[in-house]
Amino acid sequence: MSALLQAEGVSKRFGGVQALAGVGFSIRRGEIYGLIGPNGAGKTTLFNLLTGIYLPDEGAFSFDGRLLAGLKPHQVAEAGIARTFQNIRLFANLSALENVMIGRHVRTRAGVLGAVLRDRATRGEEAAIERRALELLEYVGIAARANDAAGSLPYGDQRRLEIARALATEPKLLALDEPAAGMNASETAALRGLLERIRGDGITILLIEHDMKLVMRVCDRVLVLDYGERIAEGPPGEVQKNPRVIEAYLGAPAAV
Amino acid sequence: MDIFIQQLINGVTLGSVYAVVALGYTMVYGIIQLINFAHGEVVMIGAMVAFSVITALAPGGWPPLMVVAAGTIVAIPVCMAIGYGLERIAYRPLRNAPRLAPLISAIGMSIILQHLALLVWSRNFIAFPQIIKSEPYHIGGAIITNVQIAIIATSVAMMAGLALMVYRTRLGTAMRATAQNPQVAGLMGVDINRIIAVTFLIAAALAAVAGVMVGSYYGIAHYQMGSLLGLKAFSAAVLGGIGNLPGAMLGGVLLGVVEALGAGYIGDFTNNWFGSNYQDVFAFIVLIAVLVFRPTGLLGERVGDRT
Repeated sequence: MSALLQAEGVSKRFGGVQALAGVGFSIRRGEIYGLIGPNGAGKTTLFNLLTGIYLPDEGAFSFDGRLLAGLKPHQVAEAGIARTFQNIRLFANLSALENVMIGRHVRTRAGVLGAVLRDRATRGEEAAIERRALELLEYVGIAARANDAAGSLPYGDQRRLEIARALATEPKLLALDEPAAGMNASETAALRGLLERIRGDGITILLIEHDMKLVMRVCDRVLVLDYGERIAEGPPGEVQKNPRVIEAYLGAPAAV
Repeated sequence: MDIFIQQLINGVTLGSVYAVVALGYTMVYGIIQLINFAHGEVVMIGAMVAFSVITALAPGGWPPLMVVAAGTIVAIPVCMAIGYGLERIAYRPLRNAPRLAPLISAIGMSIILQHLALLVWSRNFIAFPQIIKSEPYHIGGAIITNVQIAIIATSVAMMAGLALMVYRTRLGTAMRATAQNPQVAGLMGVDINRIIAVTFLIAAALAAVAGVMVGSYYGIAHYQMGSLLGLKAFSAAVLGGIGNLPGAMLGGVLLGVVEALGAGYIGDFTNNWFGSNYQDVFAFIVLIAVLVFRPTGLLGERVGDRT
């Protein structure tokens, strides 16, 4: 399996805080790659650098054989990276369906002229966008809520909707920022099924998650960050036993 | 009662023009939270350009409607170019600056546009050639002219077209998404800069048509006509709830009606202390009242969840 995403020496500093210090890793095609670490370890910063929201101070990502440096968010989306957010960021006033339709934007073309002229190609494209968006809502299991305002959906459904919206961009890499946060056990179990299904459809997943049970069950490999530094990487079972990881989470063993 | 109906007709006519201009304010505000104070000047330039074209073509003996249409067709791209230029030159470089900076830049652009118009079209009031004969139709005791009917019909058609575009098309969905959260819209593949530019283009096209309508309604144009008209349309947008499209339409028509009724009755109510020359005051009384009692406007500001 070849590498889909490669990060080399990625660093980011906010004022006096070194959010990320020379982090490197590589994600293989088709795997579910976990990204864990205590709060403030730099996980979300890494997502923001990857998706072009921040520029790294040093280092770079190469994705699918292409350097991502300096790309705007919509270009990153075009390259094939989609994400969800730790604090859900849907377009609350738009319907669930419209939220997903926005995700189709990057793969469709119709512009101003089409919107004015309403020619056959535009109408056809818009009908196709809507069909595909409905399929995706079905895929994540919330098709029944298609016409409800996104902000009015129950929490778990909003998480699913964010995933559907991200999938609409036809990503090669789906980056999920704490998708299980706030979910109960049965919702988490359903989420695990969804993640495995997405991977089965050929999409690589980068997963930030605090729910260790989920991470251990679903991830092929895990990267552990602490204070912006890479402290371990490997299969979940191995990482779990790594003394540095245990120290990061639980503190150093008391000196006796 | 006749006066009432007459003023209602006049009010709806004027109000539909306000509504079209107010849409320009509200669309731009909705998407980048900027009050584009130069928007009134875009309307003025629309009127001026149409004036030049109509004056040039009027003696040619073409059908009057065609002449007016030609004026409008030339005014629209000119205004769109100005609207786009405003965004590129005066607002985009300040996108991440404190909010006061683009506002001041907007006021500066408004002054610049006024004085460019002064250079081109002189400081005089310019009379539109009256090539379309005003034909009155009687409704009860009131009169509605063909020009008024045309203005109302054009405005309604444009507003309907805009609403369809914003609520039914891919572009419109992208505009609404960008208004709610530009960063996330970007991550979903929406080119934010493009959507903002398109918004300015649409607003300017509406302004151009509004300029032609105002010019042909009053029969005159002037390089400063945009500032008062712009302020009134801005008041209309605030009345309806700035950032809200149906609000701008409602606010525009309401403001026109309030203004016309106010002008019609102020003499009677104040024993002729104040005359209809106080017409312009009403828009600002409405603006102040809205800001005091319902700052979010009639239909409420649609604020996306900003982060």
